Amino acid sequence: MKILVCISHVPDTTSKINFTDGDTKLDTNGVQFVINPNDEFGLTRAMWFKEKQGASVDVINVGGPETEPTLRKALAIGADSAIRVNTPATDGFAVAKQLANVVKDGGYDLVIAGRESIDYNGAMVPGMLAELIGANFVTNCISLEVDGTNAKAVREIDGGKETVSTSLPLVIGGQKGLVEESDLRIPNMRGIMQARQKPLNVVEPVEATKETTTVKFEKPEPKGAVKMVSPDNLDELVSLLHNEAKVI
Amino acid sequence: MSVLVYTESEEGKFKKVAFEVASYAKAVADQMGTTVTAITINADDVSELGTYGVDKVLKVKDSKLDAFNAKIYADIIKQSAEKEGTKVVVVSSSADSKYLAPLLAVGLDAGYASNVVEAPTSASPFTVKRTAFTNKAFIFSTIDTDIKIVGVSKNAFGLKENSASAATEDFSPSIPENGVHVDSVDKATNTVTIADAEIVVSAGRGLKGPENWGMIEDLAEVLGAATACSKPVSDLGWRPHGEHVGQTGKPVAANLYIAIGISGAIQHLAGINASKVKVVINTDPEAPFFKAADYGVVGDAFEVVPKLTEKLKEFKAQNA
Repeated sequence: MKILVCISHVPDTTSKINFTDGDTKLDTNGVQFVINPNDEFGLTRAMWFKEKQGASVDVINVGGPETEPTLRKALAIGADSAIRVNTPATDGFAVAKQLANVVKDGGYDLVIAGRESIDYNGAMVPGMLAELIGANFVTNCISLEVDGTNAKAVREIDGGKETVSTSLPLVIGGQKGLVEESDLRIPNMRGIMQARQKPLNVVEPVEATKETTTVKFEKPEPKGAVKMVSPDNLDELVSLLHNEAKVI
Repeated sequence: MSVLVYTESEEGKFKKVAFEVASYAKAVADQMGTTVTAITINADDVSELGTYGVDKVLKVKDSKLDAFNAKIYADIIKQSAEKEGTKVVVVSSSADSKYLAPLLAVGLDAGYASNVVEAPTSASPFTVKRTAFTNKAFIFSTIDTDIKIVGVSKNAFGLKENSASAATEDFSPSIPENGVHVDSVDKATNTVTIADAEIVVSAGRGLKGPENWGMIEDLAEVLGAATACSKPVSDLGWRPHGEHVGQTGKPVAANLYIAIGISGAIQHLAGINASKVKVVINTDPEAPFFKAADYGVVGDAFEVVPKLTEKLKEFKAQNA
């Protein structure tokens, strides 16, 4: 089985988000970039397929050279090789189009992406990719088993979960549950050394027109100060929630 | 030309988000000087849609569509959009709509913006405001394609009544083949889901053990709220995974979010920040969550929560 794991290069959750150039660009100053958490659960599940079922695992990112350390980290975790499509990620559709081209050429059976990235939160790339290549698609996926060309997946739904049967080729929008937090791997020294020798292929983009354009960013209004209520005066809290916040 | 809105239902009844997206579609239609058409799949009584500004309902009824299937539902919405000559399609942010919208976008060659929080700030160029960086920022973006798909954030636009009487038309789309088959659905009945809840009561490690969740459930019950938990609690197996809210868990966009014994790690805040009013109950006055809260109580959950439940019961009795 040939697996491709899509790796988004995103600011760490604890990063302060600021913008430059008249609020049109993310200020990357002092921002730590990481593998998108939803993708990391998928990558770890892919490692399981590699170790237990002999799958090969490549990782891919669409972006400039600045994303390569994130791909190297995925190699250090255990992926066999990496692909970087050398073009800025402009919008979800353009990224899906680039991925579709690589998936078709590479003959991948299973593509695992995160349900969404934690920067743009679009939740659209995996579905668009599946539709572009004519593969089956399951998102919010919290469990995945593959047997030959058949797959069983569990999707988290509002208020519960749903078990589905499907087949390869398949695109997954993964999240926590594919593996547990405690299964995530921190690259060890051996992995990091090996990662330096593994191939990281830069491929040139195909033509893809973006469908949406970011005009500008805006930060939310600063929040007002918290109102403290004494634990001995919970009537006041009930009254505030009713009269002031109007939520009960 | 009319704006098409997918109004979701479950077991024949509309979900609350259906009325919110209908309200949103009406606002877009007013901006563009056109009407609203709703597409419903296996909804029983569709008359209520008129209350939220829907002019026409395309009503699909087919027992083959009882189980949600993203590919098939996306195809039916595509057929409705083509039939109506739609330029704007509006969907919700439910798990199902977020599943089908990217498929629909490719099918219609439409640009798609998700997590939209306001009516378009401009109809031409078509510009929407959406959340990004897990609620730490907004993006204004244009959708540049001929057909546009807008995914509306839950609880961001609200319900707007706009009395119209919706004309109903039965619609029998073709049902395509697809390769994903639902084997079973495991869904709690008679409890409020985090996705639908107006109020969410959430608790963390401060509760010390799963045996202490009774008081959380009591508080939730009196408020008609859903229960949720922090990541450590779900990792420890004290509560089911489906209750985990936060960046890697479920997102919460409730009117009221009550956090009990949760310190407020940034990953947790990222997932619940879209909630309108936040109440924090914690023994530690230095808990970072207080900085993100609207109302705070420094106190022992084991004393404060049962007392608050009693006070709320009294309040409900007086205001019933």
